[in-house]
Amino acid sequence: MTLNVHTWIGIAAFLGGGLAMGLGAIGAAIGEGYTAAQANYALSRDPKSAGDLFKTMLVGQAIAESASIFALVIAMILLFSDFSSGSLVTASAIMAAGLSMGFGAVGSGVGSGFPAAAACTGMARQPAMGARLTTNMLVGSAVCQTPSIFALVTSFILIFTDFSKAPVNPAWAAVMGAGLAAGLAAIGSGIGGGVVAQASSEGIARNPDSQKQVTNVMLLGQAITQTPAILGLLISFILIFKQFEATDALAPGIALLASGLCMGIGAIGPGIGEGIASSGGVRWIAKSPSFAGELTRTMLVGMAVAESTAIYSMVIALALIFVV
Amino acid sequence: MAIEGADLVKAAAFLGAGISMGLGAIGPGVGEGMAAAKACEAIGRNPKEAGLLTRTMLVGQAVSESTGIYSLVIALLLLFVV
Repeated sequence: MTLNVHTWIGIAAFLGGGLAMGLGAIGAAIGEGYTAAQANYALSRDPKSAGDLFKTMLVGQAIAESASIFALVIAMILLFSDFSSGSLVTASAIMAAGLSMGFGAVGSGVGSGFPAAAACTGMARQPAMGARLTTNMLVGSAVCQTPSIFALVTSFILIFTDFSKAPVNPAWAAVMGAGLAAGLAAIGSGIGGGVVAQASSEGIARNPDSQKQVTNVMLLGQAITQTPAILGLLISFILIFKQFEATDALAPGIALLASGLCMGIGAIGPGIGEGIASSGGVRWIAKSPSFAGELTRTMLVGMAVAESTAIYSMVIALALIFVV
Repeated sequence: MAIEGADLVKAAAFLGAGISMGLGAIGPGVGEGMAAAKACEAIGRNPKEAGLLTRTMLVGQAVSESTGIYSLVIALLLLFVV
């Protein structure tokens, strides 16, 4: 049995499409289920606002759904596109595109469910604040989607870039590393951003007067929580667009693959941790807005320290690309 | 493409370095975040002690950072020494 380039590209496209949709379904399903559970809890507390709660739950779930719709789009493109003009690098790139979008949708799906759930429980507590809570939920869960959009962009670049002139070794490993870096790095920032937005929705329900301050600090916290995903995107762009010299040895390719894995996995923890750190700040600014200065300062210092391990991962990833 | 033993060992060292730093970064990241969240809570309850609480938070985070630094050291050893 001989496997030619066409066969490998077909294998990669179908496997990549399946993985994109399979992995991509995890996050949105968990996030939406959590939202529905909290909406039921809210409904039992305040059955009179059933209509508003139902609407808020559906809007929140629709936003959480978008991450898995991105995965569906990528899976469809992989299943029905014609990649026959490609090389073995193309096979690796489309597989990487599927993995990137699949992993990338997990965090945003889970994360977007948190603010929607908190908006539902908050609405049962303070039905009059429905509009403020909905605004905050929409802003918070929209920001949660950015890591999955990074993964989507990486997938599109991997699918539509022409790799036919790139040397098969080590370019196959570079594109695979690029997909893994962007996809895995999106998990942490997606979940972390959701934790921040959840704290802010809860805080506004407890103390509606603090809404302006709380939404501002939430956006600050979410923006910083995105940084690990941005580092992943940076490493993946370097891996895609840098020209590598052809080689016969295995080690240079594996170094590029390891670089992507290192940055991708290494960004998960800091992303979630920064989200937790920022949620503490946001929650207590809502309770005591007069101490917003001290709280924001400690929150930012704490987030900066939590970022450090993502920076170590980036250093090792860059060393794997440029030094060894 | 002929793969020689030394090449394979080098490739394994690179992969090990990436996995070491990648996995090693998860725990400290989450743990330091929890420390910072609790520090914010404590400052919210007792804002007068903000200085002391921030200092304690930083010491605690520095300790939980240590495993991340071990991973970094192992990754650097795998890349440049072994």
